[in-house]
Amino acid sequence: MAQERAIQRAAGRQAGGRWRRGALFVLAAVFVLGLSLSACGGGGAKESSGSPASGPATEGQGSGGEAAGPIEAKIGAVLILSGGAAAYGEAQRSGLEMAKDELNEKYAGKLKLDIVYEDTGGKKESAINAVNKLINEDRVVAIIGPTLSAEMFAAGPVANENETPIFGISNTAEGINDIGPYVFRNSLPESIAIPTAMKAAQNRYHFKTAALIYANNDDFSVSGYKTMKKTAEELGLEIVAEESFAVGDVDFSAQLTNIKKADPDVLLISALYKEGALVVKKAREMGLRARILGGNGFNNPKVFEIAGDAAEGLIVATPFSPEKNDPKVQAFVKAYEARYGKKPDQFAAQAYDGLTIIAESLLKAGKADRKLLRDQLAELKDFEGVSGKLSFDERRNPIGEAVVVVAKGGKYVPLESVSD
Amino acid sequence: MLFEQLLNGITVGSTYALIAVGYTLIFGVLGMINMAHGQIFIFAALTAIVTMSAFGWPLLPAFFVSVACAAVLGALLEAVAFRPLRKKDVPHLAPLISTIGFATILDDAMIKLFGADSRFVPGKLGGSFSVGGVDVRTVDLAILVAALGLMALLHLWIQKTPFGKAIRATSESPETAAILGIPTDRVILATVVLASGLGGVAGLLLGLSYGAVAPSMGVGLGFKGLAVLVLGGLGSLPGAMLGGLLLGVVEVLAVAYGSSTYRDAIAFLMIILVFLVRPQGLFGETPVQR
Repeated sequence: MAQERAIQRAAGRQAGGRWRRGALFVLAAVFVLGLSLSACGGGGAKESSGSPASGPATEGQGSGGEAAGPIEAKIGAVLILSGGAAAYGEAQRSGLEMAKDELNEKYAGKLKLDIVYEDTGGKKESAINAVNKLINEDRVVAIIGPTLSAEMFAAGPVANENETPIFGISNTAEGINDIGPYVFRNSLPESIAIPTAMKAAQNRYHFKTAALIYANNDDFSVSGYKTMKKTAEELGLEIVAEESFAVGDVDFSAQLTNIKKADPDVLLISALYKEGALVVKKAREMGLRARILGGNGFNNPKVFEIAGDAAEGLIVATPFSPEKNDPKVQAFVKAYEARYGKKPDQFAAQAYDGLTIIAESLLKAGKADRKLLRDQLAELKDFEGVSGKLSFDERRNPIGEAVVVVAKGGKYVPLESVSD
Repeated sequence: MLFEQLLNGITVGSTYALIAVGYTLIFGVLGMINMAHGQIFIFAALTAIVTMSAFGWPLLPAFFVSVACAAVLGALLEAVAFRPLRKKDVPHLAPLISTIGFATILDDAMIKLFGADSRFVPGKLGGSFSVGGVDVRTVDLAILVAALGLMALLHLWIQKTPFGKAIRATSESPETAAILGIPTDRVILATVVLASGLGGVAGLLLGLSYGAVAPSMGVGLGFKGLAVLVLGGLGSLPGAMLGGLLLGVVEVLAVAYGSSTYRDAIAFLMIILVFLVRPQGLFGETPVQR
């Protein structure tokens, strides 16, 4: 459509001055021409290689059907690439780009992946718009993202209604999979990861009292907080203080003063790493002695940069640890460091795994078709990724393993390996 | 407990006051609000942090980097957002919008240049000491002292020196000042550069206090500074100081004895109440018709 209009305008401008009477005819001719052109060009004028959608084509692309060429799959990625939380989206894009290049090389001649990125800035409305655009204009075969659980709750139903697989790589809130049969995720829900960490820590340190602090305007953090509270009650801990803050806050002195007064054995923090690391730092500066256990958000090397020595002893459950003694993980960490000059975090790792899962499912499906892809994804079993082994249960919930790690000397090491 | 929380509040408040100085100075002279102030000081702080990390510099030269960067940005702001609009007969609020534009550009430039991540501040400003059983961090004390010191210095400078006189004359009436031979363009440029340079100090001090600086901090802290500007009385330096401390204490008490959800709500409710009693702000003068 955009092409047609541009051509019309250009034609109009040329025609306008000299022979006005002929203009109408020229316009009509150009319009017809434009129509036929756009039918061949297939929708948007993106930079991508494009996959001609023949006929009424509402069910993704059909071009992969011919046995000769590779399956050409255009995949949408809805990430936060600007604004306060852009760091997460940037890590995810790095992971996706690396996976795309590696997969295109590995499956050269069989599969050609292309990613269309959309930025949400962390806003739900933008996520919905991005998903609509990717489905209807770019005609992607699947969508990766969005970054935040809140965005997934907003945009997931849109993709589900349009029967387009949408694959969360960082949504750990409860209830993501209940959105519908086209919604997937490879990020372990916190309802699995947090209790694993809390039980491991409890077995070791025998806490009696606990305090909680969380970001109360973020779905992910609130969901983590609920899990922490429930688990603490199950473990028989007495909750002596409960405090909250907002995403973007930089001052936590009031809350931590209250917590310090309550003197808990363990402080449970549910937050994204930016605020979380600052809370940990401030807590130690104020002289809090309790052990600190954090949610999934702490699983980021940046925590050590921000919190420094204060991070020592922090306990976290994580799907991905760059220190994991596994050749696959180490190869990934090495390649990522060579390419981006820093260690991958869980966001990069799960993005990398997410695209790999989609690529392999596409190969099994045999062509770039949304429905066939969904069916293949739903049957995922024992996928060996850099963030551990992954299967989906009958409700497409990820079944994976969480590693309980503790911060020691500026990195996370498995809890069992530490003696104290 | 209450004593500790009051101390927390004063610490937070002095950072707000420090930010508000920059707004106050520019408003006092130009009668304009510089919406890019928050972004300028975060940009400067990030630049200083990056140079510190890259060259392994200690804190002191980093402060010079921060001030220099902020001053340059201030000059740029004056050149692109204030000056062109001063020359022509444009609506009163146009410079407000142009500074918002400048702020947006800085926001995105920061993400492109430094990434959206928080950057930790490599240096440290002392440890902490104990006053009556309460731990006080040296850096928090430094912020309070810096805020007070800068205000006193500015106050003296503006009231006592010839250049300060020129600033005051320009703020009174740029046209008259120009007729009387004051190079108003240069005075305004100097004021914006000065305000931004002070922002450079503020930015790095804040970074030291919070332990990290992120591009996204510019907006939030900028708005707090703006609230303090209005609360203290537009253009009043003592007002900015007191307003900052008051806002900080009210916020902290709201969190400590209420809930963090109402942090900003209670703070702004307090501002509204102040305005009901004193519409011109704490230290504001009754508006003069220009």
